[in-house]
Amino acid sequence: MSNFLKRAAHGARVPHDKRTSDCETVTMPVPSKVVLSMAQHIGAPAAPAVAKGDQVYVGTVVGKAGGFVSSDIHSGVSGTVDSITTITAPNGAVQTAVVIIPDGEQKVDPAIAPPVVNDLKSFQDAVRASGLVGLGGAGFPTAVKLAPKNLDEIDRLVINAAECEPYITSDNRCMLEDTQYILSGIEAVMKYLDIPQCVIGIEQNKPKAIARMKEAVAGKPIEIKELACRYPQGAEKVLIENCTGREVPFPGLPSDVGVIVMNVTSVAFVGKYLATGMPLVTKRLTVDGDIVKEPKNVEVIIGTPVEELLNFCGGLTGEPGTVLYGGPMMGNCLASLDQPILKNNNAILAFSEKASHMPKPTNCIHCGRCTNACPLGLSAKEIVQAYQKGNVDLLQELHADLCMSCGTCSYVCPAKRPLTPSIALAKIMMKNGGKK
Amino acid sequence: MANKLIVTAAPHITSPDSTQKIMQRVCIALVPTLIASVIIFGIQALILTVVTVAACVLFEYGYCKMMGREVPVGDFSAAVTGMLLAFNLPATLPWWMGVVGAFIAIVIVKQLFGGLGYNFANPAIVGRIALAMGFASKMASYPKPASAIDAFASATPLAAQGAVQGGAQTYLTLLMGTHGGVLGETCALTILIGGIYLIATKVISPIIPVTYLGTVAVLSLVAGKDPVYQLLSGGLMLGAFFMATDYVTSPTTNKGKIVFGLGLGIVTCAIRFLGTMNEGVSFAILLMNLLVPYIDVLTRQDLLGVAKMKKGGAAK
Repeated sequence: MSNFLKRAAHGARVPHDKRTSDCETVTMPVPSKVVLSMAQHIGAPAAPAVAKGDQVYVGTVVGKAGGFVSSDIHSGVSGTVDSITTITAPNGAVQTAVVIIPDGEQKVDPAIAPPVVNDLKSFQDAVRASGLVGLGGAGFPTAVKLAPKNLDEIDRLVINAAECEPYITSDNRCMLEDTQYILSGIEAVMKYLDIPQCVIGIEQNKPKAIARMKEAVAGKPIEIKELACRYPQGAEKVLIENCTGREVPFPGLPSDVGVIVMNVTSVAFVGKYLATGMPLVTKRLTVDGDIVKEPKNVEVIIGTPVEELLNFCGGLTGEPGTVLYGGPMMGNCLASLDQPILKNNNAILAFSEKASHMPKPTNCIHCGRCTNACPLGLSAKEIVQAYQKGNVDLLQELHADLCMSCGTCSYVCPAKRPLTPSIALAKIMMKNGGKK
Repeated sequence: MANKLIVTAAPHITSPDSTQKIMQRVCIALVPTLIASVIIFGIQALILTVVTVAACVLFEYGYCKMMGREVPVGDFSAAVTGMLLAFNLPATLPWWMGVVGAFIAIVIVKQLFGGLGYNFANPAIVGRIALAMGFASKMASYPKPASAIDAFASATPLAAQGAVQGGAQTYLTLLMGTHGGVLGETCALTILIGGIYLIATKVISPIIPVTYLGTVAVLSLVAGKDPVYQLLSGGLMLGAFFMATDYVTSPTTNKGKIVFGLGLGIVTCAIRFLGTMNEGVSFAILLMNLLVPYIDVLTRQDLLGVAKMKKGGAAK
């Protein structure tokens, strides 16, 4: 009831479309080339550590972290460096990339061996060396996340297995196929960071994963929290509130309320890396969309061109309209099908032109759905009005910068107004002090 | 092929709901009341409704064409206004007065202020008030129901209430609407059915009707009036479910809706119990419509994490 007056935060009832949830992961063969972007994470881009003509192996470092908040990039194939080039990322930024032509032998780098971990420092170093970034989509370097300034105040590990975006089922498959690695990963994080409790938040539309995880955590200080299917249940702040009852202060981080959040696939990778020493070179992806011939979950080498992945899934049944990195609510559009798979991708979705068509926006009717749906309690309508008037003071009062661009307001708007992108522009205006 | 990909900002899907569907549902919700009014008042009621709806749609179409604006008739909002306006008129009203009301509602209140979403007050309410001022006698001559013998040939239960306090008219008559009044105000039952349909289809939130009706009931008790009688008579039911919940002129947040409902109840009761007019709902809604921008600003939601910071800051 208190929340009724505080903020409605209804979220959105997005369709599930999780038709690949029972598709066991298949491994895609080595592609004809891999293109490794040096910026597959939040923070400083990595610097190429190889030169044209160099021989690389599976697990060889090809990009060295460019700072503290950065990450190493590893080759997923054995082969020869063809070139160091530039590619255009979906956000328009031009990034350095290393192109490798595989020799098909998949020889593993001789340096690959399970890391020796016996304390916090060696654990953090191991995670850093693994090249792990937040695999839920954000791509934040995990080693940085696992080194909060107030480590002694952290008492809760929250595992994000909500997977609230439509279509995507890769986390669901991870829970069903890599259950043991999830457990060993969680146990390692809890042990070395000295976190007494863990909550795994899973949306109720994954009953098999919930059953499997419940069975696996029996008798351990790990709780399975079944979450209502309400987008954006997997948004970090929403998840923390629903799993622990704590509100992350703004501006602030989850660690300010004693919480570290990790995606379920990320934590499974930690478990796997500690066992094998193989850095992050492959990724499980959901390939789906109305024009994908054979939707499936695919284990794919990072850097594989999207076109080859789509061909592996039987190709497209029609002309593509939009092809997305990630889900339809927050995913980015690809500008071209030669763009490579990135570490933090969890899906490639291809839609026909018809399905990509968005209805024309009409007048705002003040229905308040955006306000009542916003998981954070923002009033999208007012923010957009303030942006159109160039009123930065009002934007500040409305806390437009709190927006996390989850897309809920745009989704629920009956007038089909592009609220989410407008708020993104409003945030830029706030930073620039009034300039559009 | 690669160059033809569409690149747009997320999200890439949208809910199946639209303004048009919402307005269509409101029309559907008004149909039982329309049927009831035709049964009670005869074919005149249907003719008047058709005239006002047609007039509203034509005025909207004509004005937008004239101004070179896109014609939004397809969104059904003009049809909703037309139906609500007709429901606020007595069945015996000359049809051309209905057209005048439609002109005031659509052109003056809605289009001159920018069209759908920009009107400062509920167009149908202003249309009704303007007609009540301009054609006072015609607007107040409530017809006798065609089907029933009724004690009040030319007065609504509220107007006659002074004489019959709690007596002659049973609650059932009020509920079924077999008494004098304007088209849509008489049959409380069908309005309730329509209102429940709108709540069930999530077109409206129950907060405004519940707080409005609740406030009226409580204040009636306090003032020593019969609360059931107050709830079922006059334009209260129609106002609470269909007019006060108009998106454009009602607050958006839960808090705001409660404030709005309370305000409506208080103003309605003040006019009914203290004023000389027998009908407080229209004026209450108009007055509260004008306060909506202020209510909206003062009843914003608590933001996740932000309120906490403020409290923390104050404690330091």
